[in-house]
Amino acid sequence: MPGLLEVRDLAVHYESQAGAPVAAARGVTLDVDAGEAVGLLGESGCGKTTLLLAVLGLLPPTARVIGGEVRFRGRDLLAMGPSEMRRLRGAEIAIVFQDPTLALNPVRRVGAQVAEVARAHRDQGARRCREDALAMLAEVGFAEPARIARAYPHELSGGQRQRVVIAQALVCRPALLLADEPTASLDSTAQAELRALLAALQRRLGLGILMASHDLGALSALSRRLLVMYAGAIVEEGTPAQVLGDPLHPYTRGLSRAYPRPVTTPRAGRSPLVPIPGAPPDLAHPPAGCAFEPRCAQRQAVCVERVPAAVQPAEGRHVRCVLHA
Amino acid sequence: MPEAPLLRARGLTKRYHRRRASRGTRDVDALAGVDLTLAPGATVALVGQSGSGKSTLARCLARLEEPTSGAIDFDGVDVTALSGARLRAFRQQVQLVLQDAAAALSPRLRAAEIVSEPLEVLGQGTRTQRRRRALGLMEMVGLPSALADRRPLELSGGQRQRLALARALALQPRLLILDEAFTGLDASIQAQMAALLEDLRGERELTYLLVSHDLALMSVLADEVAIMFEGRIVEHQAAARLFLAPEHAHTRALVAAVPHLPPAPDAAVGGPAAP
Repeated sequence: MPGLLEVRDLAVHYESQAGAPVAAARGVTLDVDAGEAVGLLGESGCGKTTLLLAVLGLLPPTARVIGGEVRFRGRDLLAMGPSEMRRLRGAEIAIVFQDPTLALNPVRRVGAQVAEVARAHRDQGARRCREDALAMLAEVGFAEPARIARAYPHELSGGQRQRVVIAQALVCRPALLLADEPTASLDSTAQAELRALLAALQRRLGLGILMASHDLGALSALSRRLLVMYAGAIVEEGTPAQVLGDPLHPYTRGLSRAYPRPVTTPRAGRSPLVPIPGAPPDLAHPPAGCAFEPRCAQRQAVCVERVPAAVQPAEGRHVRCVLHA
Repeated sequence: MPEAPLLRARGLTKRYHRRRASRGTRDVDALAGVDLTLAPGATVALVGQSGSGKSTLARCLARLEEPTSGAIDFDGVDVTALSGARLRAFRQQVQLVLQDAAAALSPRLRAAEIVSEPLEVLGQGTRTQRRRRALGLMEMVGLPSALADRRPLELSGGQRQRLALARALALQPRLLILDEAFTGLDASIQAQMAALLEDLRGERELTYLLVSHDLALMSVLADEVAIMFEGRIVEHQAAARLFLAPEHAHTRALVAAVPHLPPAPDAAVGGPAAP
């Protein structure tokens, strides 16, 4: 039986006026099973957003898929025509972006904006669509869905707006939700609420989720598996506890140590944040070997020569690094 | 005897008149009586949710906003009454770095011009001297001179934030206020910024006020944390104790919102050392 989402060796280039195209995705392979939440951890420019947009066929005109496969329930998404893709988007696969203010129409009531998604995909009357919208607003945690439905986006807080956007995404009950930094625009208490909401929805609706983020809290609260992306490729995979607490790839180790961890036991001292020296490579000129090699304290002579193959040192764990080959 | 404070705010209030289309005006107390003391050389964080008043407080302390009532002593002088040359002199000593450096920096100027502009405004040095000084400041914040002629949008987010910091340092301030200056930066860039601030603090005897909603980050970067809620500071604690013994109910709510992460891994062991 095919998985929910299967991405194989996906490569995406952006044309650039400066000359060489930018290799934003360089052979990405990943799977999301039905009802499974997978986290994608990576920093700005690592290719997370490109990957999500490529899955939905929403890449900008300057981007080109130059290789690989994207399958959803066995169907080849890269071969799909525009009208077939439109029927799929919102109905079977939905996406939530970072900034809900940009995703909502400022001059329309939010209830109508949720209902129109149902209207676009479901063969049912406007009234049924409004009822579906109210039910979905209740589902994302609004105690008074009718009152919220009448509000305009500016009358809601950032956290409330993001919940409206999630209601839009889920009103047609898609099997897969893609989320691109869904917590990044919120303050810390709203972030905590949204993390809890996404985890509850995922369980209740049996939703497959692929969430790209650099919010470690959101990723560890939600995902069963965590993928680490660096310079356009997946470099490590495991459970959040494995990846963050016992990383195999030197980049993951560096990244985990760069996150703040408050002192929560009396005897523990404060540990300073440890920066990773240097910066990611220019993907207009991707290196022949490991992309992390120039910043790596454990690099070896072989690292500049070729990209290490993914190895599986333990069940459910994958890493691309010669230290584990 | 404790050292004299660098800055001491007493009973600060700020009332905004908010005009509403249908229901006339309504007063909003963004600051409802704030007392805050910053010791010289300290790093103090001001933490609160959106709308708690933390940015209003930061702007009042830098005198970019006039408080409705209360006093702000800087170096023992009440600065709420300053004007003219003495206000300009105060403003050189207190610099503000904002969240979105892309919006705060002129897109038309080149990096070195952005850093030297404050010196030019004050008529300090010749053009050549100012450029040399700008390059020195850029180097101090880790921006190589190869970037001197780039425009802000040709830099990365982390580089822009460093550039904003270099500009703020140009006038040799004694107090640097960073309002959400870490927000939106990647963790590895936040860590680089944190290390940079720590180095600068030692070199330049700076005092920092860090304004943020990120309690976890602030508890690691600051010596003291002041928690703001509805226009008041409801708790002011040593950062090291904040997660162990939060006192105010709102602090406990903020502490509870911080996600639990697996413990940090050790530094890499084995392998060849970095050259």
